[in-house]
Amino acid sequence: MRISHEILERNDDIASLYLVAIPNGGIPLARILAANLRQIADEEPTVGVLDTTLYRDDLTSTAERPKLRLTEMPSAVDDRTVILVDDVVKSGRTIRAAMDALMDFGRPKMVQVVGLVDRGHRELPIKLDYVGKNVPTSPEEIVQLNGNDGRSGTPLEVVILPEDVREECAANRSST
Amino acid sequence: MIGRDLIGIEDLERSEIERILDTAERMREVGGRVVKKVPTLRGRTVVNLFFEASTRTRVSFEIAGKRLSADVVNFSPASSSLKKSESILDTARTLDAMDPDLVVVRHEVAGVPKRIADVLAAPVVNAGDGAHEHPTQALLDLLTVRQEKGRIDGLTVTIVGDILHSRVARSNIFGFTKLGAEVRVVGPPPMIPMNVETLGVKVFTTLRDALAGSDVVMALRIQNERLAGASVPSIREYSATFGLDRAKLHYAKDDAIVMHPGPVNRGVELSHDLTDDRPSVILDQVRNGVAIRMAVLYLFAGRPPSQSALGEGS
Repeated sequence: MRISHEILERNDDIASLYLVAIPNGGIPLARILAANLRQIADEEPTVGVLDTTLYRDDLTSTAERPKLRLTEMPSAVDDRTVILVDDVVKSGRTIRAAMDALMDFGRPKMVQVVGLVDRGHRELPIKLDYVGKNVPTSPEEIVQLNGNDGRSGTPLEVVILPEDVREECAANRSST
Repeated sequence: MIGRDLIGIEDLERSEIERILDTAERMREVGGRVVKKVPTLRGRTVVNLFFEASTRTRVSFEIAGKRLSADVVNFSPASSSLKKSESILDTARTLDAMDPDLVVVRHEVAGVPKRIADVLAAPVVNAGDGAHEHPTQALLDLLTVRQEKGRIDGLTVTIVGDILHSRVARSNIFGFTKLGAEVRVVGPPPMIPMNVETLGVKVFTTLRDALAGSDVVMALRIQNERLAGASVPSIREYSATFGLDRAKLHYAKDDAIVMHPGPVNRGVELSHDLTDDRPSVILDQVRNGVAIRMAVLYLFAGRPPSQSALGEGS
């Protein structure tokens, strides 16, 4: 809710906003933000989904190709303010990939970034415009978000898992 | 999970086939963009090595490679100068020394892509070898049916025509049976392979019986040069007995779709109107062909070299 107000402070034309979720964690978050904005401003931004897998910079080194996820961009991004929405931001490489992907869809007027959890450990010169919570972590730890299922009002719980459970939760992790 | 080469559907597990179909489903979205290109295979080289003439399949692989930003090189040696298998392998080795990240091979003799794969460092994708397999064609057919029907499991798929000489039929028989469909084949008796039942299909002798209850009807191309071998008396007789038109299609389910790997001999395998309009989905098959080949290139090209040793060929 606080992030929604911050978005309103910086952008007065909600109808021209375009929330672009990065799957999978960004999707419920973008829905919550869109619902909040409609409640506050009585106007709803466009919501899209953009998979960054085909733009990753580590495809050379991965033996098994990562699974592709949904991309659904319902309208053009030209001359609109695009807000990229991700749940956990760490190295910034996913945001870089998302920006490159976005540019293939057109020329947005401006791009802003929401990260629900900022872990630090940036490897690229990328800063977040809206941060839900700064969570200092060590690079090896895994951050798991519980309750990020799109139901507005569900309190989000940030769980920092130590390094040794990395294997177990690799399947449903939402970091990087 | 997915192996180094793609030689045939026979070698794939159900889960691997589904992985390729799911990946292709996502690739379709890229083809719908204004900028139809993603940087995924930037700096990778894909060689189309086509010993047998082909325009459609080669162009489909070429567009797929380019949409993934790979450099695509087409090499179509005149097959007359390459009759001996030694020289085919030499050609392949020469290409391999130029370090491609994937080689797509088509040859009129069954087994050549496998032989080439055994001597190459690069992964090999079979784009059709003799009457053996044409895996990407079967994959695009599976994708098209899955989109149309929402599933493969439990469907009845009838393949009509020259089953004996058709790599498309073989690959589709493996693909559809692995994904849980019932596959039927029908055609003039000389065009039905002996013991084809061992592949898990049902053989029919009349089109009417074969079509009854079918969800999908797949007509195969009749190759005139093979008809000259007197398998059937004449094109006209084939068309009258096994050519599909709207009247004969009534034997199948009301919502049955019609497929053809192309190019269609209009008025022979399919009537004119059936070639152009629903329920035929021929152009969807072509569109899905690009998506399937993008998925195959994404999954097979330019992965770090596996530990598998390079064979020494012959």
